[in-house]
Amino acid sequence: MDHNKLLDATGLACPMPIVKTKKSIDELSSGQVLEVHATDKGAQNDLTAWAKKTGHEILDSKEENGVFKFWIRKG
Amino acid sequence: MTQVGTTERTTIVLFSGDLDKSIAAFIIANGAAAYDHEVTIFFTFWGLNALRKDQPVPVKKGLLEKAFAWMMPRGSKKLGLSRMNFAGAGPAMIKHVMKKHNALSLPQLIELAQAQGVKLVACTMTMDLLGLQQEELLDGIEYAGVAAYLGDATEAKVNLFI
Repeated sequence: MDHNKLLDATGLACPMPIVKTKKSIDELSSGQVLEVHATDKGAQNDLTAWAKKTGHEILDSKEENGVFKFWIRKG
Repeated sequence: MTQVGTTERTTIVLFSGDLDKSIAAFIIANGAAAYDHEVTIFFTFWGLNALRKDQPVPVKKGLLEKAFAWMMPRGSKKLGLSRMNFAGAGPAMIKHVMKKHNALSLPQLIELAQAQGVKLVACTMTMDLLGLQQEELLDGIEYAGVAAYLGDATEAKVNLFI
């Protein structure tokens, strides 16, 4: 999937994936897409909850070899 | 940008001076900051020790205050665990495990919180009780009492006492 920015948060523990995702999203403009890679087991639920509350949209997510991948469109 | 009622808020009272509880408090604070919340951590009693500078600061103290300063952990690197402290072996073990799992240490979490604009507030009344002075605490923090804390807490949906 197309993305405007890629954030590699693999190997990082809570709360860093969400802190870094917020920072990266702040650097994008509305409508742009951020791709996030994370290995933290809580990342799926964390990012879903975070996006919902902060007004961003998770377009897609999948797991590949233990890496969770997310595509988030900035609201 | 910041108006009462539009920005979400989170407050945490950190009463405990335990390493594990302080880590939990700072992880929640950093998470809330990533949620764009205005975050306040109010440090009171033993919680104040996490804000102490690592190095002794030359300030005038009475005998009892000196004793307190000496008996309490000086800074976030010196805190003990609430369980399984084993005279300091516990914290060393936890720090080792945290490093292995790439988790941020407490000093790093405090730095991150400050970088994210988390408001760190030291309770002045308990500072007096424990004999701690402003020069002995980290730079960039605020000083206030219960009314200032409640002012923030009444605007917040998440208020924790740790």
